[in-house]
This record gives sequence, structure tokens and C-alpha cells, in this order.
Amino acid sequence: MNKTGLLGALALCACSAFAQADDASLRIGIEAAYPPFSYRTPEGELAGFDYDIGNALCAQMQVKCQWVIQEFDGMIPSLKVRKIDAVLSSMSITEDRLKSVDFTDKYYHTPGKFAMKAGSRLDTPAVDLKGRKVGVQRASTYDRFATEQLEPAGVEIVRYASQNEAFLDLVSGRLDATLADIVNTEESFIKTPAGQGFALVGPDIGDPHYFGRGAGIAVRKGDSANLARLNAAIAAIRANGTYQQVQRKYFPFDIYGQ
Amino acid sequence: MLHGYGSSILDGAWLSVSLALLAMALAIGLGLFGAACRLSPLRWLAGLGEVYATVVRGIPDLVLILLVFYGGQDLVNRLALALGYQQYIDINPFVAGVCTMGFIFGAYLSETFRGAFLAIPKGQAEAGAAYGMSGLQVFWRISLPQMVRLALPGFTNNWLVLTKSTALISVIGLQDMMFKAKNAADATHQPFTFFLAVAALYLLLTSVSLLLLRGVEQRYSVGFKAAEL
Amino acid sequence: MTLDYQLIWQNLPLYLNGVALTLKVLLISLACGLALAIPLALMRVSRTCLLRYPAWLYTYVIRGTPMLVQLFLVYYGLAQFEAVRQSPLWPYLSSATFCTCLAFAINTSAYSAELLAGSLRSTPRGEVEAARAMGMSRLTLYRRILLPSALRRALPQYSNEVLMMLQTTSLASIVTLVDITGAAKTFNARYYLPFEAFITAGLIYLALTFMLVRLFKLAERHWLAYLAPRKH
Repeated sequence: MNKTGLLGALALCACSAFAQADDASLRIGIEAAYPPFSYRTPEGELAGFDYDIGNALCAQMQVKCQWVIQEFDGMIPSLKVRKIDAVLSSMSITEDRLKSVDFTDKYYHTPGKFAMKAGSRLDTPAVDLKGRKVGVQRASTYDRFATEQLEPAGVEIVRYASQNEAFLDLVSGRLDATLADIVNTEESFIKTPAGQGFALVGPDIGDPHYFGRGAGIAVRKGDSANLARLNAAIAAIRANGTYQQVQRKYFPFDIYGQ
Repeated sequence: MLHGYGSSILDGAWLSVSLALLAMALAIGLGLFGAACRLSPLRWLAGLGEVYATVVRGIPDLVLILLVFYGGQDLVNRLALALGYQQYIDINPFVAGVCTMGFIFGAYLSETFRGAFLAIPKGQAEAGAAYGMSGLQVFWRISLPQMVRLALPGFTNNWLVLTKSTALISVIGLQDMMFKAKNAADATHQPFTFFLAVAALYLLLTSVSLLLLRGVEQRYSVGFKAAEL
Repeated sequence: MTLDYQLIWQNLPLYLNGVALTLKVLLISLACGLALAIPLALMRVSRTCLLRYPAWLYTYVIRGTPMLVQLFLVYYGLAQFEAVRQSPLWPYLSSATFCTCLAFAINTSAYSAELLAGSLRSTPRGEVEAARAMGMSRLTLYRRILLPSALRRALPQYSNEVLMMLQTTSLASIVTLVDITGAAKTFNARYYLPFEAFITAGLIYLALTFMLVRLFKLAERHWLAYLAPRKH
């Protein structure tokens, strides 16, 4: 192949990488590393509760969904720079986050819980975990809770880019505990062979100041158009039974909460 | 053995290679420009080239990648808005990766090319000027082909470092083989298996690169006898 | 574009702790790496195949694979095995700092070994001949002539290696360590200000690089004075 041809081909590859956003589609950020809410199958396909709910909402709104996989701590920054238009990745609605973004109504609500070696006693986290290591996902509500409530009490907090890395270190003994969503921990860790000998212990962590009113879909501050249609869609799928259908696929219980 | 993740890792490998190739193409362009700047008689131009090389070599690749990915998008948005362009221009991880890596290695290559240009005997350029060739003609027909031979060892080194640095782009979500391996490791809780597989793939990539570039070096050194040590 | 310097100033202790950790990791990795590199370099230039080939394989594999992969293999990969977790090495391998320093030391040892080997091979013949003429044994030859000479001549290239190592330490942030990059990530996660977070980190790294470059210029002036152009 002659040199100009090769250069031309390379240039074309480069140009095609600059994607132009389609106004009619909704770019949704998802972590895809948080089973059973969002994860990837061995074939590389996206799957999970968040993913299915998102597709249901887009079908309801008659909009094309474009899923963008991101690290969790990059979600809000990406939303702010318009890389994505919404975040549907088990993001809790908290006062803190409401300073930066707007949230739709919740689409589920589950508390957090500590995972430790089975049989451990954990009555008061701040006291029982003093001097020990707790892993959390960076930028999550559990990170915020741990940093403000546990770290000052002498608990060592270790931050990870993904919750899976924290589970890996819990299994290998580098951590004494992790704090994460109760369902995520149960499904992606406790129930798996790697989670043998570990259990969810201690009280349900549901402090409304940190964990707010459940998980919602984040949109840019002032993006009332997307906010309105997403809220309408959430109400619609709850009314017409689609939500319950998706929920039954993953959970034998009601995760919407009160 | 790879629990079904083998094909997805190979897809990622292809992405890594294409990213490295595109980034190197950009880096060569920036490197030549940078070298030209640094060799320029204009002091401010030489200073600019110096600053480019120094700053890029003084900041870790990881920090630059994160800065370009988050900050770069913000910059593009503001620029677009300022120019009155309402549509959103997305900088996906691949583009961010190519631009960052190209920018970083352009600085390293400018150093390599500068050294190579300086090593060409001065008589060559003088002879070209004596024939009445313009500056650009001398550069294109005399200096550049000779510079290639002299720059190849440094270029080979830079290429190898670039291919290994592409592993870092996985932190901004590019689904290269590192990202795919992490996914697989997370899902199966067997990180050793998958990272060893990725290490083997990188080793294959570097080995093949070395062989190819040695071949190129042979071809460009035709007719040139190395000093008898 | 206004940057929120106030917030950075308030969080300066976070970054300063990061600097301390970065320097700690850098020094330990370099020291251990160089200590490992010297015997490796000697093996690389040895005349016996039994010593030469394993050393070649080691440097080839380490230099042919990315640092990130090596880091993940040491930190997450080793911890996967029950045997490792039960071994007496576990108290060390469970620490993120130890694993990071280990991975970095192995990496720099391979590059430094190649550097030193090249430097050893390019020892001026006259030096070796003179030593032999004086009746030095092989051990004395290595100890008093070859190694000091090679180490000195490798200084410029080794300074490059040290600077590269400084940049490489930023990978420590990927395995939970809060070095300079880790501090920037924590800051970004808390306040969602990527520009401020990473530009500050970048500036700190630049400052450290400049300091190291000056340090090496001084070292070169001291140890390579005999190679400097004559001052008339």
C-alpha cells in the first residue's frame, strides 16, 4: 500500500472517532461494574437492573438510549462537561450531590451494609472498627459516610475505583470490612464462591443525610426537559407494570421501598 | 482456561494496537514540528519547543490522561460555544487517548529527532544549499531521509514505551485489553490469570515490533558502514 | 476560566502527604532496584551462558510488559492464591505500599541492569588492560575498576531512569495509595473539580522533576568531572 493511501486511511480512522451527538438520543452514563445493577456478561454485553430500567424508560419516552460506560467517580464530572446527559448507575440522591446536579424521583431504595468475615460482631461501626481497615468505592455515598463519620473515629478508610476491587482485597485479607450497597454486596460477592466465609453484618446504614432518598437518575443542573420526561417515564413504568417485570427478573423482593 | 473472556480480550488488543498506531502518527508529526522549533534560529520558537518537551516529560502520563479527558472536554465545550457551535462535540476515550499519547510522545520524539538532525554531517546541508536548493527542499530531500536512519534506535525505544503506556488509557474507560482483563478479573475473581494473559499479549506486541523495526533499520542502513569498533 | 485556588489551598495537607508518600515509594524502589540491577548487569555481561540467558530473559520480559500489568499482577494477582496468603510473606504482601515498591523495584532493576550492562560493555579497553597488567584479580578488577567506572558513565542515562520512575510512581494511585495523583483523585471525587485537582498534581510533579534534574547536574559535575570539556 502506498504511503498516501496509508495516511489517508489513518486520517479517516481518526475522523470517525469524533462522534457528533444526536439530539434525539439520550446519552446515559453507567458503571457496568456493579452487579446486579449494572455489569457486563462474558460476551461483553451490558446487563443489569439499571440497564434494563434505563431501556424501559427510553422505550417509554420513545427516545434512543446511548449507553456510555464510565468509572463511577467520573460520572458527575462527565455529566457536567456534557459527555453524558444522565447518570443511571445506582447513584443515591443526597444533599451533597444536589449541590452539583439535579435528580429525578427515586427508582429504588436500598440501604448500605458492612461485609466482613462471617461471625464478626458489629454493633457500633465507629467503635468496633476503630484501628481497622474499611474499603469503599471512591466518590460513593459510602465513601462520604465513611470519610465523615468513621475516619475521625480512627477507622482507616481505603478508597477504590470500583467496588469489585474492594471485594478482591476483602477476600485476600487486606481489608477488615467493606461498606457498600446491601444488594450489590449480596449478589456480586456473598453469593459467589469468592464470598464464602463472609457475611453482611452490623446495622443497616441508611442515614438519610448521606444515603438520601434512594437512587435516582442524575441530570445536569437546570436540565428541566430531561428531568421532566424521565420523571414522567418512571411514574409510567411503575404504573403499567414494566418496573415490576424488570424487578422480578433480579430480585425476589421489593427494592423500591417506601 | 480464560472462562470465555478470551475473545473480548483479543478485541481489546486490537483497540490497543490501533490506538498506539494512531498516537504514533500524531506523535511523529508533533515530533518533527517540535524538533524543527528547537533547531530554529528564532529564540522564542526554540524556547517554545523546549517548554513543550520539558513540561510533557515532567508530568506523569496518568495525570495528563486524566487532565485531557476531563479538562479537555470542558475546553472543547467552551470553545465550541464561543464559536457559536451549538452541537455537542464528544471526545470519547479513544480520541482522548490518541490525542494525549500523541501529545506526550511528540515531546519525546522531538528530542529524538533533534538529536538525529544534529548528528547529520553539516556538509550535507551545505552541499544542498550550494546546489541552489531552498531550505524546505534541503529538509525534505537531504536531511529527513538521513535523519530516519539516525533516529531509528530512539524511535524504536519510544514506540515500545508508547505501546506499553496505552495500558493506562483503560483508566478513562477505553475498552482496550487492560480494561477487558480487569472486567474479567472482577467477574471471575481470578486476576492473576487474566493479567498474565495480557502481559503475554504485550510481550508478543513488543517482540513483533522489535523484529519489524530492526528490519527497517537494516533497510535504511544500506550502504552505510558502521565504524569498526 | 477561573480556578478555585481557595479549595486547593485548604486541601494542601492532602497533597503534601501525597508528596511524602511519592518520595518514600520513589526512594525505596530506586534503592532496591539499583541493588538488584548491579548483580543483574554483571550477569548480563558474563561470559557463561548459564548466567547470561536468565538475566536476558528477565530484562526482556520486564521491559516488554507494561508497568500497570506488573503492578496488578503483584498486588491483585498474588493475593489470589491461598498459598500466598498463608505464607510468612503475607504480612508484607498485604500492604499496598510494599507491593507497589516491590513492583516498581523489579521494573527499574530491569531497565537499570540493561543500562549498566551497556555501560560495562563500553568500558575503555585501556582501563581493563592496565588493571590486568597490575595483576588485579577478577574480583578486584570488578570492585575497583569496572563497577565504579560503569556506574559513573551510566549517570546521565540513570538520571533519565530516575525521572521516568518519578512519573511511574503515579500508578500507585491505582492500587489505593494516596500519593500525589491519589490526592488529586480524592480531591476530584470530593469536589468534582478535575482541572484544579490534576493541574495542581502536574505542577507538583514538574517541581519535583526540576529539583531532581538540578540534583543530577550537581552529581554529574562531581562524579563526571573527569569527562567534562576542558576549561581553558
